[in-house]
Amino acid sequence: MRRTRRRLDRRPPATAPPVRGVRRAVLELERLTKEALFDCRMCGQCILHSTGLSCPMRCPKNLRNGPCGGVLQDGSCEVLPDRPCVWVQAFEGSRRLPLWRDHLRHIQKPVDWRLQETSSWENLLTGRDGHAPPGWLAAERGSAHAGTVGDP
Amino acid sequence: MREPRSHLERLLRSDVFVVTAEMPTVDGADPSVVHRIAEGLRGRVDAVNCTDNSSAHPHLSSVAAGHLLLDAGVEPIVQLTCRDRNRLALQADLLGAAALGVRNVCLMTGDDVTAGDHPEAKPLYDLDSIHLIRTARILRDEGVYLSGRKLEHPPEYLIGAVENPFAPPLELRPMRLGKKIEAGAELIQTQICFDLPRLRLFLARAGDLGLLGLVPILVGVFVPRTARALRYLRDEVPGIDVPEEVLARMEAAPADRQPDVGVAIATEIVQGVRELPGVRGVHLMAIRNEEGLHRVIEGAGLLPRPEPTPVG
Repeated sequence: MRRTRRRLDRRPPATAPPVRGVRRAVLELERLTKEALFDCRMCGQCILHSTGLSCPMRCPKNLRNGPCGGVLQDGSCEVLPDRPCVWVQAFEGSRRLPLWRDHLRHIQKPVDWRLQETSSWENLLTGRDGHAPPGWLAAERGSAHAGTVGDP
Repeated sequence: MREPRSHLERLLRSDVFVVTAEMPTVDGADPSVVHRIAEGLRGRVDAVNCTDNSSAHPHLSSVAAGHLLLDAGVEPIVQLTCRDRNRLALQADLLGAAALGVRNVCLMTGDDVTAGDHPEAKPLYDLDSIHLIRTARILRDEGVYLSGRKLEHPPEYLIGAVENPFAPPLELRPMRLGKKIEAGAELIQTQICFDLPRLRLFLARAGDLGLLGLVPILVGVFVPRTARALRYLRDEVPGIDVPEEVLARMEAAPADRQPDVGVAIATEIVQGVRELPGVRGVHLMAIRNEEGLHRVIEGAGLLPRPEPTPVG
């Protein structure tokens, strides 16, 4: 069942080289736990705490900044109508979080597709998940609005 | 204050109630088809959206359509979606559109390929709409590509975006509007509105977040020709909310009167949004209903449109 659903999600092919030893063990441990808990897609740059613990890579459009405009009136996904929209779940989930509920408001940077199928835990420790395109960083620094728009 | 980048931006800064419309899709390579469409819209609307493979069906490209509209003296708003291009192609097309004289773009995620006639296609979604909005801004204001590589001549365009106040999670929609504004959106066109109370609620919440007045909002208005067209919208186009009473009103009319009822419904929405806070105009849409579109523009008192003035 999960395998079929995976195929439907059409995730991009893994480009990460195979890892061995301790790194492999970490990768598999992360996969095992986070797949079971969050139906994690191993993007290697985890933002679960900013999305109400609803994995945004389960969204068929891989949206990391909020729902698309096609969410059905009953809250289902437009692409997979038998599933609730990942962002409807993210919104509900974020209300239940004690700490990070406002993170839904943060703009998430573009996905680094090189990190597919790597361990986000390892990438967090090595700082590899901190990479953003240089032009993106320039705009973040220059954004006059940053942190003010939408502040309640 | 800097000069407006487009005729549309100039109007948005004025106190004119702005009218944009969606160009019908073109299936073919004959430029005269676009020129004929332009004839029908020139002088009736201020700018025309060129859709990007709308409903995930391939059509004449939005950049080409925009260029052909310019030739015919109509100001285009070129739409680009994240569905069909990765970040390289999106940046290339933003530059290409600007080089051809396009001065307004409208950036969005796009309907999924499963909604179209090529459901087996590989959808891209390399960037999401908020990434794309900020990327357009980076090209223009930082004068660099996303990679940081310098542009020789940065593009000039007004950056538009879309929001759907009528799709769940409703509570999240105003916040998403805020994210789009923070990313760089300078104009918002909404999904089709049939439900004024819901729109008012969205605007009120946006107001609570301090977002109203930061960017002009154009409310999407659909001119239905038949009850069938309305049912199609409700059942086949994801994210569109067609309330039961609107459909019932249309179905109550005999077939030959339905176009009139459709015009009445659309005209009422246009009148209803005119005085709403933050709303600066309407964005009109119709499916094979050019006549209905014209009647709404006339009936809602939207004529005459201001003369386009040279910009830049």
